[in-house]
Amino acid sequence: MSFLLTCPNCGTREVTDFGFGGEASTRPASRPSARELNTYIYFRRNAAGVQREWWHHRSGCRAWFLAERDTRTNHVIWTALPADAPAGQTPA
Amino acid sequence: MSRLAQQPGERIDRSQPVSFTFDGKPAAGFAGDTIVSALYAGGRRVFSRSFKYHRPRGELCGCGQCANSLFQIEGAPGIRGCSEPIREGLRVVHQNAWPSLDFDVMRATDRVGGPFTPVGFYYKTFIRPRRLWPVYEKVLRSAAGLGRLPRRQDEREWETEYRRRRCDVLVIGGGAAGLAAATRAAELGADVVLCDEDAVLGGLLGIEGGHERVRELEGRARDAGVEILSGAPALGFFDGLVPVWQGSTLHQVRADQHVVATGAIQQPLVFADNDLPGVMLSGGARRLAAAYAVKPGERAVVATVDDRGLDDALALSAVGLDVVVADLRPDAGGGELAGRIRAAGITLLTGHTVVRAQGRDRVERAVVAKVDARGRALGDGSTHDCDLIAVSGGSAGALSLLLQAGGRAIYRPEIAGFAVTELPAGLHAAGAAAGHDRAEAVEVSGAIAGAEAAAALGRSPNGVADARERLAQLPAAAPVATPPAQASDGGRRGKAFVDLDEDVTVKDIKRATLEGYDSLELSKRYTTVTMGPSQGRFSQLPAARVLAAETGLDLGTVGLTTARPPWSTVPMGVLAGRPLEAAKRSAVHRRHEELGATVRWAGDWRRAYDYGDPVGESVAVQAAAGIIDVSTLGKLLVRGPDAGELLDRLYPNRMSNLAPDRIRYGVTTSEAGRITDDGTVCRIDDETFYVTTTSAGVAGVEQSFTWWLETWGLNAHITDLTQGVAAMNLAGPQARGVLTGLTDLDCSAEAFKYLDARHAEIAGVPCMLLRIGFVGELGYEIHCPSVNAEHVWDAIVRAGSKVGLRPFGLEPQRVLRLQKLHVIVGQDTDSEMTPYGAGMDWIVKLDKQQDFIGRWALEHTAAHEPSVRLVGFTTPGGELPTEGAVVLGTDGAPEGQVTSARRSPRLGQVIGLATVPAALAGDGAQIWISDAGRRIAATVTTKPFYDPEGEVLRS
Ligand SMILES: [Zn+2]
Repeated sequence: MSFLLTCPNCGTREVTDFGFGGEASTRPASRPSARELNTYIYFRRNAAGVQREWWHHRSGCRAWFLAERDTRTNHVIWTALPADAPAGQTPA
Repeated sequence: MSRLAQQPGERIDRSQPVSFTFDGKPAAGFAGDTIVSALYAGGRRVFSRSFKYHRPRGELCGCGQCANSLFQIEGAPGIRGCSEPIREGLRVVHQNAWPSLDFDVMRATDRVGGPFTPVGFYYKTFIRPRRLWPVYEKVLRSAAGLGRLPRRQDEREWETEYRRRRCDVLVIGGGAAGLAAATRAAELGADVVLCDEDAVLGGLLGIEGGHERVRELEGRARDAGVEILSGAPALGFFDGLVPVWQGSTLHQVRADQHVVATGAIQQPLVFADNDLPGVMLSGGARRLAAAYAVKPGERAVVATVDDRGLDDALALSAVGLDVVVADLRPDAGGGELAGRIRAAGITLLTGHTVVRAQGRDRVERAVVAKVDARGRALGDGSTHDCDLIAVSGGSAGALSLLLQAGGRAIYRPEIAGFAVTELPAGLHAAGAAAGHDRAEAVEVSGAIAGAEAAAALGRSPNGVADARERLAQLPAAAPVATPPAQASDGGRRGKAFVDLDEDVTVKDIKRATLEGYDSLELSKRYTTVTMGPSQGRFSQLPAARVLAAETGLDLGTVGLTTARPPWSTVPMGVLAGRPLEAAKRSAVHRRHEELGATVRWAGDWRRAYDYGDPVGESVAVQAAAGIIDVSTLGKLLVRGPDAGELLDRLYPNRMSNLAPDRIRYGVTTSEAGRITDDGTVCRIDDETFYVTTTSAGVAGVEQSFTWWLETWGLNAHITDLTQGVAAMNLAGPQARGVLTGLTDLDCSAEAFKYLDARHAEIAGVPCMLLRIGFVGELGYEIHCPSVNAEHVWDAIVRAGSKVGLRPFGLEPQRVLRLQKLHVIVGQDTDSEMTPYGAGMDWIVKLDKQQDFIGRWALEHTAAHEPSVRLVGFTTPGGELPTEGAVVLGTDGAPEGQVTSARRSPRLGQVIGLATVPAALAGDGAQIWISDAGRRIAATVTTKPFYDPEGEVLRS
């Protein structure tokens, strides 16, 4: 795996400069059922396609930011700080 | 000596003799020589022994592609002698032969034939009985293999610099096509890098008399600003990242556009004993003469299927060899080259090829005959005395990188080989790799590829259409004859090799096909054909031809094996990187060394385990005072209006109601309610908290805290102060006295209580003092700027020396902590441990309002008894169990384990922490520990062994 990512603060860098934070998911707003909790903690969509995900500029400014990436091609569609991220589906 | 008079464009510098040794004997050459060119000039013809049969092998390619001249150089095995330059004093040693290259006893495996001959022999013979495999393996491993790995540490170490290079265009290959492409793209404004595996640019053009043109092209490329990396093979194509190895640097090149101009690889021919030293690619023989002024032989038979062989024959004749040409084509291509051959008075046998090489350990004769379509000799043919059989079996484009990058290979009968199509966007092929073989076409195709790469970057090149037109109008290459799978005189003697690296013969491939391995990928795995160091460069096509002939399939259907990196041989050390010890040392580390500390790894840190007397050190802490360097603790400053809210959501207990200058212990949990880290939280003012974490955990804690901060959008900042702030823990009954002498702060028990924090100067240095302690005694954790840490440490040690203060290391601290049953996260907890399991029920505040990380899981956990609990234990019999020993449940099954165990000098008994089944977790319960055959009785305790009520701590 090898591709480029653009840190919203620092610019474009090799992916090895970053830490992967997993696909973006939403924390249940209120107390979940045992099944919901289990799904939230242990299950991921593992999409074959475009997904919204977290990245951490580990060897850089250490900021967290969001990206949309096609997991099949590693094509990165956009990256943005959470406040600037395009509104989008936040998958359950 | 077989050195020629000065050749135009030769690479050697005759004014600079170089001496080196080969197998301990002196050898000589000139600067610019390779190992093989120098040894060849000195008369050596055998350069290696083959992998399986230990047959003598001579040079094949002359350019660093074949595996026929791999040597051991100063500890490093597998160095390619035909491209490795000689240096003064270099010690070169042969591989895979004993006792010597010229006499190898293992040659018997070749001579006797019999059991060692058939393919799959190892699989079939040594599989039974299974228990003997280790013995077989030992013998087989020492009989096979090439070269020896270095044993000495200094020979095993590599220093590789990594360099990341982003550019617009990467051109791989520095021949005419590559140079033209790079120049064109650079002249159009692109940032271009060009790499070539050869030490000298120019590729085939430079060898075939075009060295003047190479000089021009190279000059233009440099003028245009191309960054040129020579002696730098591209190793592979990894999702657009191309590692280029150049000496001690690994360039990680990422380009928008790639031009692959890797040329073509001249192919061998398959006939009986086609591996005899003296059978060489015609291009290799020519290269020896042109680049190194070495006469490759006296009498040559050139066997060819294409014009390149004819051209090479002319070149060999021109340097004084007596040449006979056998061209498989009935009309020798019908071009002007055939005419020039005849005009030069060279015997030209059309429709002929070599069917057998003869000679004892080197070529003495070639048997040449007319052959039918399947390669069988028609008639007896003729025998020619010679010392060189120069072969040209056609050209195979060096397509591997193109295929790795996503191109597709198709068979093209007119070139008797494969070409690449369907190149993905951003990938361009030029020169011989794109199927062009005449010098002018090669160069023009390069310029077009360079222009196209620039156009893809948004430049507007002119004249591309014209150049394409010109390329189309250039005369097509002369037809190439498809060589037979094997040319044969029908005789049974001799081996016909399709793969010299792995000693795979035509017979092996045929036999594998009969056994059902009838596809190239299967045959490869069974016979190991194409799996040797030359990566199928010379064996892929010959093996495919044998398979096609056996199965009746056409070559296009047989196809090629999957192209995989690395395309060029690379030492593992280059990829493994330099031996970096990313050691962190605290600001006080020098003092530990001066005190003769036993320094060991603790995560990334180098820490003082003890100062030579762990028992004495722990006794000193309890009797008088001790000081331990705890600078490795993670230290985070959490600041902002929402700082308290943030911490309430991150810790299961409450932090926002902490008063300024007060401290609270906390553990962090995951959403699954498992303990992830622990430390203290100190409130400095309304909006500022000072958080400590475990030494190993700080990076993870900071990442997790900042992630939640982003997710919740709270107004706070987190700053990691770990490196800038040192910390030391002063503990013991005399600690207060020592501290009082160094500060104006009122340190009395009333003014500075347990879990209080104070700002004060210690020995003139502004410090933060936390009254906490994990060793059970009255203690102060002193945090100060790292730059002043030695000063503060020295002042405390000096002041304490009067009362018996001693520095203590991690090991005595472990014992002291254990006496208090303090849990070490990561030692006593694992990834499944919850605060309830760790006996910290009190720390989880399910009654607090906020949600916190892990709350829901912990609510669930709280309602169920954990299966195991972490408790203290003693062993009445005094046995010290190993950490990790098994704790047995009531039914004798393993249900828990010992996580810490030490002998406590103060208590005079063995104490420890262990996870035990919940039913046995009560005070006084008896448990059994099973430890490598021993069964140890132990008694459970849930109260600290020392100062259970914490009176000493609070005093
Ligand atoms: Zn950044």
